[in-house]
Amino acid sequence: MGTDHHIILRVVAKVLIPVIALYGFYVQFHGDYSPGGGFQAGVILAVTVILYSLIFGISAAMQAVSPGFARGVAAFGFILYTGVGVATLILGGVFLDYDALIAEAPGGHAGQHLGIILVELGVLMAVTGSMVAIFYAFAGRVTEIRDEDW
Amino acid sequence: MTGYEGVDLSIALLNVTLLAVLFVVAISMARLRSLFAIIMLSGIYSLISATWFVALDAVDVAFTEASVGAGVSTALFLAAMLLTTRQAKPEQGVMKIAPLLVVLVTGAILIYATIDLPGFGDPNSPANTYVGIDYLARSQADIAVPNVVTAVLASYRGFDTLGETGVVFAAGLAVTLLLGFGERALSAARKSDADRADDTEKGPQDGN
Repeated sequence: MGTDHHIILRVVAKVLIPVIALYGFYVQFHGDYSPGGGFQAGVILAVTVILYSLIFGISAAMQAVSPGFARGVAAFGFILYTGVGVATLILGGVFLDYDALIAEAPGGHAGQHLGIILVELGVLMAVTGSMVAIFYAFAGRVTEIRDEDW
Repeated sequence: MTGYEGVDLSIALLNVTLLAVLFVVAISMARLRSLFAIIMLSGIYSLISATWFVALDAVDVAFTEASVGAGVSTALFLAAMLLTTRQAKPEQGVMKIAPLLVVLVTGAILIYATIDLPGFGDPNSPANTYVGIDYLARSQADIAVPNVVTAVLASYRGFDTLGETGVVFAAGLAVTLLLGFGERALSAARKSDADRADDTEKGPQDGN
């Protein structure tokens, strides 16, 4: 970071990255009402980390979100999704039958809603973690992205 | 008469324009040699296809195409480009012609297949009868999620989505196992951390 001709890029990115992350969470939690859901939100959240590492350097990004953390989040997301299925099995339903999650009168939708939120959260974590891990695997093989690399 | 009037005509013009731009972008991608330019054009290609999906009323697909195709895969291609050269080698001999032949034959087969496709939005097409109608009719009573696409993906077809999540996770795992965990950059990050810690310890003694 000796040269400083990327200063506009860096200042703009500092403002934009939190907004992009916020938009990712909006896509996640508003997915019941509008287009979007775990996959899209997960990719958008992963893009914030990738954008950060493209502009501030891969090392800085790895200090913020460590590769081990990214892999752990990916694995936990998949386990969360499968876990919801196993939980419905244990609670007496069939695999991924969210109605079994909450005992309620026929016609109630709380179980379905809880199941969808948990499952989408699992998708979000699996996608974000996997995408960041893939990016780290590629970009982590060079210690620093030099200007002449572009 | 063209058979299109008013709104239909404008949508038809929009479709033709977007497809023409896609065609131009695809041809320039095939002719370019600079990998950086090709990656940027592929991002543009995804963004234009996403716009086209919106014109076809497939907003969820458009959203996925915009975020995955234009967003993350462009960044991943850039990261992959860092590991290789910046220019594609020119093809030699038969490889100059063979891909064109494959593309022409595949294209001809696909165009032949479209003759049998139902018209766009045809209420009697297989996609719009059978189970699709059922989902639309029952999802508000069954699940009560306003976005039917979410209801189908997360609940009715929860098993499929579990498989897709598994595929994404497996892809991340496979790439990580093949290419390593990015240790080189990680160790550089730890080293710069340690240097900084040393600097702050030494700082007062050096007098800065």
